[in-house]
Amino acid sequence: MAIGQFAKGVAAGRLDPEQYAENFSDLHEPFTEHEARVEADRCYFCYDAPCMNACPTQIDIPMFIRQIATENPLGSAKTIFDQNILGGMCARVCPTETLCEEACVREAAEGKPVQIGRLQRYATDVAISQDVQFYERAPRSGKRVAVVGAGPAGLACAHRLAMHGHDVTVFDAREKPGGLNEYGIAAYKSVDGFAQAEVDYLVEIGGIAIENGKALGREIALSGLVADYDAVFLGMGLGGVNDLHAEGEDAAVNAVDFIAELRQASDLSALPVGRRVVVIGGGMTAIDAAVQSKLLGAEDVTICYRRGKENMNASVFEQDLAAANGVTIRHWLAPKRVLTEDGKVTGIELEYTMLDNARLTGTGEVLILPADQVFKAIGQTFASSALNGSGPVIALENGRIKVDAEGRTSLDRVWAGGDCVAGGEDLTVSAVAMGRDAADSINRALGA
Amino acid sequence: MADLTTTFAGIKSPNPFWLASAPPTDKAYNVVRAFEAGWGGVVWKTLGEEGPPVVNVNGPRYGAIWGADRRLLGLNNIELITDRDLQTNLREIKQVKRDWPDRALVVSIMVPCEEESWKAILPLVEETGADGIELNFGCPHGMSERGMGSAVGQVPEYVEMVARWCKQYTRMPVITKLTPNITDIRKPARAAFSGGSDAVSLINTINSITAVDLDSFSPEPSIDGKGTHGGYCGPAVKPIALSMVSEIARDPEMRGKLISGIGGITTWRDAAEFMALGAGTVQVCTAAMTYGFKIVQEMITGLSNYMDEKGFTSVDDLVGRAVPNVTDWQYLNLNYVTKARINQDLCISCGRCHIACEDTSHQAIFNEVDGKRMFVVNDEECVGCNLCVNVCPVEDCITMEQLAPGQLDERTGKRVAEDYANWTTHPNNPMAKVREPAE
Ligand SMILES: Cc1cc2nc3c(=O)[nH]c(=O)nc-3n(C[C@H](O)[C@H](O)[C@H](O)COP(=O)(O)OP(=O)(O)OC[C@H]3O[C@@H](n4cnc5c(N)ncnc54)[C@H](O)[C@@H]3O)c2cc1C
Ligand SMILES: Cc1cc2nc3c(=O)[nH]c(=O)nc-3n(C[C@H](O)[C@H](O)[C@H](O)COP(=O)(O)O)c2cc1C
Ligand code: SF4
Ligand code: SF4
Ligand code: SF4
Repeated sequence: MAIGQFAKGVAAGRLDPEQYAENFSDLHEPFTEHEARVEADRCYFCYDAPCMNACPTQIDIPMFIRQIATENPLGSAKTIFDQNILGGMCARVCPTETLCEEACVREAAEGKPVQIGRLQRYATDVAISQDVQFYERAPRSGKRVAVVGAGPAGLACAHRLAMHGHDVTVFDAREKPGGLNEYGIAAYKSVDGFAQAEVDYLVEIGGIAIENGKALGREIALSGLVADYDAVFLGMGLGGVNDLHAEGEDAAVNAVDFIAELRQASDLSALPVGRRVVVIGGGMTAIDAAVQSKLLGAEDVTICYRRGKENMNASVFEQDLAAANGVTIRHWLAPKRVLTEDGKVTGIELEYTMLDNARLTGTGEVLILPADQVFKAIGQTFASSALNGSGPVIALENGRIKVDAEGRTSLDRVWAGGDCVAGGEDLTVSAVAMGRDAADSINRALGA
Repeated sequence: MADLTTTFAGIKSPNPFWLASAPPTDKAYNVVRAFEAGWGGVVWKTLGEEGPPVVNVNGPRYGAIWGADRRLLGLNNIELITDRDLQTNLREIKQVKRDWPDRALVVSIMVPCEEESWKAILPLVEETGADGIELNFGCPHGMSERGMGSAVGQVPEYVEMVARWCKQYTRMPVITKLTPNITDIRKPARAAFSGGSDAVSLINTINSITAVDLDSFSPEPSIDGKGTHGGYCGPAVKPIALSMVSEIARDPEMRGKLISGIGGITTWRDAAEFMALGAGTVQVCTAAMTYGFKIVQEMITGLSNYMDEKGFTSVDDLVGRAVPNVTDWQYLNLNYVTKARINQDLCISCGRCHIACEDTSHQAIFNEVDGKRMFVVNDEECVGCNLCVNVCPVEDCITMEQLAPGQLDERTGKRVAEDYANWTTHPNNPMAKVREPAE
C-alpha cells in the first residue's frame, strides 16, 4: 500500500501507480464474440418490444440483437446508428436499469434482463474499431446551420443535418468536443479516449466543422448566428451549479469541475483528493464524484442526501455501485456549514431533516462530519446569460429553454435540445434523441 | 429399484444402454472404458474384409450444427468403417468379451455384397465369442460408393439376401442395421426379417451437408477445399428416428419384432421414448462423443427413477407402451376441440404468440385489452393449432384446453360433439366411408 493512502488533508498519489489503471478500468468488460452471441440468443425478439419503447432514441433492439446472434455485427451497428449515432457512448453510460433493461420481458420473467447495453457496445465497437461508415450525405442543400455545443445533443443534431446535406458549423466553448461525454461521464464508463474516438467517427460523414474555444456570449452572439446561418441549434447543456445555501460554501468544490479535471488528467496519481470526503447530493453526479474519490484513494467517502433513499435520483444500480466501492450513503441530512481552518476544509456541519406535511424541514439536530474535501453535486443549472446577453431574448421555462415537441424555441429559426431545455431527462440518450429530432425539424423547415 | 436388465435376441445386458457402432467402440481401449463407466453393451465399430483396411481422410471428418452456447445439436461425419486391421480387432474383441462376460458385445460387419465374403468373415467373428452381429447396411458415405452400406440397405432384396447368408453361416443372433436414406423404412425392415434377421436397429446416419463455408465455398467438413455429403446424427435426428422406429413397431407384418433404437439419444428421457415406441435396447453414439462415457450413469438412474415412479418393474413394462397410440392422420378424432389459454400470471408480455398467430396463423391472439398491452386468445378465431404454445418462451404459460362435449366452439358456432369422429366418415371427404379406427 502506498504511503500516501493516509496522508492528511487533500493529497495526490495516495495509491500505488498500477492501482490507478486498475481502479479506472472498464466498469463492464466488453463482450467477446462468443459471449455476445450467447447473450444475444437470450433475446426473445419480442413483438412491439417493450425495451425498444423504453429507449428514448427508439433503437430497434430486437433487430440489432438478432443481427448479433446471426453474426452480422455491422448490420447490427447500423440498426443502432440509424436511431442513435452516439449509440456507442449510450451503450456505456445509459442507466439501462431504468430504461431498456428495466422494460425487458426477461427482467419480468426472471429478474435477469438481456444485457442490451453490453450488446449495443459490442456491435458499435465492431463498426467504430473498423471505421465502417454507413451514411452518405444527401446532395448538398446549400443551407448552413450553426450548432452551439458539441455535446451529445449538438453532435447528434449535426450528424443528422449533415446526412440531410446541410453544412454544419459546431461551436463549443471548451477545448475539446464531446460535452459531458468528454468532461463529465465517470472515467470507468468511457475508457481509452472513447469520447474523442466517437466524435472522430461521427464527423467523418463530412460537412461538419467543429470550432472549439468559441463560446456563445463571448466569441459569438446569437444575433450574429441567426443573421449568418439559415438555422441555429442550441445544445449548450448546463453551465451553472446549484448553491448549497450553506455557510462557507465557497470552500466546497463543484463536483462537476472535479470530474472534468479527473477526466482530463493525464496522470491520475497527480490528482489530489481528500482523505475524508463528503459529497452533498443524491444524483448520478454525486455517485460519480464519490466513487471516483474512493478510486483515487480517499479513505472515507460519504454521500449526504437531504431526503430518503427512495427519493434519490441515482438508480438503485448506481447506489449499489457506490456501496460496492465502499462509499457510505447517508440520508435525511442537509448541509448547514462548511467548516474551515486556515482556509482548509476540516469538516461539514449538517442538520437532520424530516418531512413535515410533505415539506422538508430541519429537525434541529446537528451532525458534524470531519472532512478534508466537500463536493457539491446538488444539480446543475442553465446559464442563460450567454443567450440573453448576446441577442434577442429566448423564452425560458423553469430556468431552461422552452421548446415545443420538435425542439423549436420561441425564436424563429432557433432550435434547442439536450440538458439546456426544459422538461428533459438530463441523460445522454435523451440529449441525442432531441438533437436528432430537432435536425429533422430543421431539415423540414429548410426544405419548405 | 426397477430391474434394467435386458435380453434382446438372446443377448443379455445389465441395462438397455448400448454404444452404437462408431468411434466410441473402435477398439478395446474405448470399449473397456465404456464398460467401466457402466454401459450395458457395445456394437463394435464395423469390421471390413480381411486384407488392407480402408483408409480415412486425414483432415476433418466431422461437421456440426450448434445452438448459441455451442451446444452440439447435430453432427455429421465422413468416417468409414474401421481402419484397423481385422485380426487386431478380432483379437481385442475376444479379450474384451472374456473380461466382461456380463456385457453385450455385438460386432458390426460390412463386407462386399457377395456370399463368399460373408461366409469368410462370419466364422472369424463367431470364434471371438461375441454375442451377436450387426449388419451395417446404413453407412451413407464412402462405403456406399463401393456398393456397400446404404447401397445395400436401400435395396430390400439385397438386405434379405445378406441376412439370409448370415443366418446360414453363423449361429449368432443377427441384427440388421437400417439406413434412413430411403422413402419407406418398412420395406427394408420387412426384408431383413424375411431374411431371418433376429432384430433390426435404426437409424444409421442421414445424408447431409451441415454447412457451406461462405468464403471458400466448400461444403463442411472441408478437405482441401472440397466436401462430400456425410452422415447426420445427434439430437437433431431424434424425431426422424422415433418416427421410423414407430413405423416398424406398428406395422402389422412386423408385430412383436425386435428393434434396437438409435438416433440422437442423449438423455434417459430420449431412451425411454424410443423404448415406449418399441425399442428393446437403445444405442448411443453422438451423446457419448460429445460428453464422454459418464453420461450413461444419468441414463441409468433417470430411467430407473422414472420406472419406479410409474411402477414399472422391468423394461418390458415400458417397451412398446406407446405403440398403440401411433395411428394414421385419418383416424385422429376431429371432435377433439382445443383452445389456447394464456395464464396471465405467467405471461411476460413478449408478444411472440401474438405475432406468430397474427402473421402466420389465425389472427387469434389480441395484443391489447382496454388500451393496455396484454395477450389474450380470441376463441372465435383460435383453431387450437398449438403454434403459440411452441413459440412462447415461458413453459406452461399457454396451454391447450379441451372443450368438453356440449360446450360451444365460438369459432364454428357449433357445440362440441360427444362422440369420436374422424376423416374417414367426414362429410367433406369425397371418399368417406364408415370404418373402424386402427388399433
Ligand atoms: C458528472 C455527470 C455524470 C453523468 N453521467 C451520466 C451517465 O452516466 N449517463 C447518462 O445518460 N447521463 C449522464 N449524465 C448526464 C449527461 O451527461 C447529459 O445529460 C448530457 O451530456 C447532455 O448533453 P447535452 O449535449 O445537452 O449537454 P452537454 O453534454 O453538457 O454539452 C454541452 C456542450 O455545450 C458547450 N457549451 C456550453 N455553453 C456554451 C456556450 N455558451 N457556447 C458554446 N458552447 C457551450 C459545452 O462546452 C459542452 O460541450 C451525467 C452528467 C454529469 C454532470
Ligand atoms: C464418426 C461416426 C462413425 C460411424 N461409424 C459407423 C460404423 O462404422 N458403423 C455403423 O453401423 N454406424 C456408424 N455410425 C453411425 C452410428 O452408429 C449411429 O447409428 C448414428 O450415429 C446415430 O446415433 P446417434 O445419434 O446416437 O449418434 C457412425 C457414426 C459416427 C458419428
Ligand atoms: S424486451 Fe428483452 S427479450 Fe424482448 S426484444 Fe427486448 S431485449 Fe429482447
Ligand atoms: S392455438 Fe393456433 S390459432 Fe389458437 S391462438 Fe394459438 S396459434 Fe392462434
Ligand atoms: S408468448 Fe407467452 S409470454 Fe409471450 S406474450 Fe404470449 S403468452 Fe405471454
